[in-house]
Amino acid sequence: MAVVLCAAPLTPEAFKQSLGALRGRDPLIHYTVYRDGKKIDRPLGVTTQEEVKMKKTAFYGALAVAGLAASTASAATLDDVRERGVLNCGVTTGLVGFASPDANGVWDGFDVGVCRAVAAAVLGDPEAVEFVPTTGKTRFTALASGEIDMLARNTTWTFSRDVDLKFEFVGINYYDGQGFMVPRDLGVSSAKDLDGATVCIQTGTTTELNLADYFRANNISYEPVPIETNAEAQQQYLAGACDVYTTDASGLAATRASFENPGDHVLLPEIVSKEPLGPLVRHGDNDWGDIVRWTLNALIAAEELGVTSANIEELAAAPTGNPEVNRLLGTEGELGAMLGLEADWAKNAIAAGGNYGELFEKNIGENTPIGLARGLNAQWTDGGLLYSPPFR
Amino acid sequence: MTTVTDPPQGSFRLSMLINDTRYRSYTFQFIALALLIAFMAYLGMNLVRNLAAAGLNISFGFLGEPAGYDINQRPIEYDSQSTHFRAAAVGILNTLIVAFLACVTATIFGVIAGVLRLSNNWVIRKLMSFYVEIFRNIPVLIWIIIIFSIMTVSMPAPRAFRGENPDSSMLFDMFAFTNRGVYTPKPVLDGAAGWIVIAVFIASVIGIFAYRRYATKKLYATGQLLPTFWPSIAMFFVPTILVYFILGRPITLDYPSLQGFNFQGGIQLRGSLIALWFALAIYTGAFIAENVRAGIQAISKGQTEAAASLGLRPGRIMNLVILPQALRVIIPPLISQYLNITKNSSLAIAVGYMDVTATLGGITLNQTGRAIEAILLLMLFYLTISLLISAVMNVYNNSVKLKER
Ligand SMILES: N[C@@H](CCC(=O)N[C@@H](CS)C(=O)NCC(=O)O)C(=O)O
Repeated sequence: MAVVLCAAPLTPEAFKQSLGALRGRDPLIHYTVYRDGKKIDRPLGVTTQEEVKMKKTAFYGALAVAGLAASTASAATLDDVRERGVLNCGVTTGLVGFASPDANGVWDGFDVGVCRAVAAAVLGDPEAVEFVPTTGKTRFTALASGEIDMLARNTTWTFSRDVDLKFEFVGINYYDGQGFMVPRDLGVSSAKDLDGATVCIQTGTTTELNLADYFRANNISYEPVPIETNAEAQQQYLAGACDVYTTDASGLAATRASFENPGDHVLLPEIVSKEPLGPLVRHGDNDWGDIVRWTLNALIAAEELGVTSANIEELAAAPTGNPEVNRLLGTEGELGAMLGLEADWAKNAIAAGGNYGELFEKNIGENTPIGLARGLNAQWTDGGLLYSPPFR
Repeated sequence: MTTVTDPPQGSFRLSMLINDTRYRSYTFQFIALALLIAFMAYLGMNLVRNLAAAGLNISFGFLGEPAGYDINQRPIEYDSQSTHFRAAAVGILNTLIVAFLACVTATIFGVIAGVLRLSNNWVIRKLMSFYVEIFRNIPVLIWIIIIFSIMTVSMPAPRAFRGENPDSSMLFDMFAFTNRGVYTPKPVLDGAAGWIVIAVFIASVIGIFAYRRYATKKLYATGQLLPTFWPSIAMFFVPTILVYFILGRPITLDYPSLQGFNFQGGIQLRGSLIALWFALAIYTGAFIAENVRAGIQAISKGQTEAAASLGLRPGRIMNLVILPQALRVIIPPLISQYLNITKNSSLAIAVGYMDVTATLGGITLNQTGRAIEAILLLMLFYLTISLLISAVMNVYNNSVKLKER
């Protein structure tokens, strides 16, 4: 019995079936999880080898900072990536629409799109990415220790992560907020009615801090169930081991979309926090930070300027009437060289998966099962918050 | 040891450091020590340099900051405004709770299985070796997860207890088995009178031990065998029950009941605690069973036969002749099993049990980014606790080991 993580979530039925298999012969049931085409078998249950490995990552990350790997915090990430020929990009362990491996083990999603755009800009090849699944807990050590070059894992930009943990958020690719999901038959219509409820949360997130604040402010109590990954949280929630699942509203929508009966679950109206999600890099390598920042800006600006994956070849062939498009696509000016990249860096980045709007529609937009509206994530010209600084 | 006859006095040459057996071992020890110090110094400097390069420093100030997160199992007062230090303390207590429960249970499992493995009954013997082989040959993490998963899917959610015709109901209206854990009644002490009952109970337990000691002493001194079983039972129950009724039943039970989303009242044993506790106990119990069996088998058969020819019954042979001697063999490996339990309890986070690895080494580490400090503190904690267990058990070992006269 093989369950592809997240893409086909573990339903109670599937779970019972696997327990049947458990009684049958093999004391271990294996999910089949793919990581970049490679099949990883993992035993049934809440924590998997993969996650244990990631826990180790956290530990080794600490050791690495402690000096066993001498040159981790070095400045020239760009050189390292070029030399290696692949970009190491930290993503989730699997959240459909944002980052999850498909049936063939190829990673896809909105956050994955950012990784691929950066790889295309730097290496000219959107496939030259090694995706490193990280949990809420392991992601920062993975980045700090140099195991990954950038992190694109719906991570909230906060003061302490920026200033105290010494990371550099290069922008925001999704404006989000924390929400709550409950089974419809629980009959709850507001988060304020959740007094005494058992709540599943992912540890190492802003979610658990917001949750504590929210319940405290409203003077109601709850029982937290700390969980490592979205997949486990989903399993616990569906088994009724917790009444409520709380995380970023986009994550809830993505999780619900992968349920067998999404209609049996409702998102409560309260959004209790601001969660500006964006890619981040280590402090201290400003050149690398600039590359990731402007790659993201290129995707956003491309949508504003009407550059799409369909017309980009044509627009990049020769200078057009719009100088900003020309500067963006490298037919005019030296922007690429200023970043230390080829002139067609932004063209490659946009061609990789389309502009911001295309990435959004393809992965999480209203025509996907996740069905998120653009809302705050529309261009500023459409009343949203997306506003790329000018390319000049 | 080589004996050197009349070593030449006075003239010390440098080459003697290598060639002369009197100095050679010191030379090598000194070199090894110097290398070790150099290696540590290198690591330390590297750490400092890399931290400086990354703009980080080592500071334990974060322990005084508010933690900001909630913990479900709180043996001491704690809320999200408490400090990281307090969160670590809650974690430490949770570690100790599960380690203690698991050590006690594992010992019981292990002793029973170890003794029964030597039983004359074929079925029992085979059953016990089956237990030992199955449980010690599958990693404990997997046991933890299997038990937790089975609990989560096979037990009903609290919701199932609701309504006119609920799908599930409580056992004797006292116990509720849910996929969030098991709820049991909680004894509530009614003022000082309640404490008196507890005190009487503790006193009678102490009394039982004292009486048994006295009986043994008497047996060795005079050969007269006092009854121990019935007096122990009587001492265990009678005084406590008497005082309980005389004082007007000052201890009542608080029953769990379904209120809102969850059962309230009573004692909640969370699924994560049960899974961790039980997995550690059955897993380590299998190892302890082997230690017990080895200990018993280490006592020569002649002892059993000699005791039997004196007319002792099998139970007495075990209790009076075999076990006291076997303990000497059993205790040292038992110490390392207890240490293993304590250290393996750090797998707690696999099921979301908030032990010290999950609070200090998990959420605190993650939210503050103080990886090195948190890991150092964790190492310090596990080291201290392990050394303490070792020390206590060694004291016990010294008290049972062969006294040289
Ligand atoms: N935005 C929050 C929470 C991020 C988070 O953990 N999101 C979940 C659900 S939206 C996730 O990505 N899970 C994927 C996984 O388990 O790997 C943060 O940065 O702390």
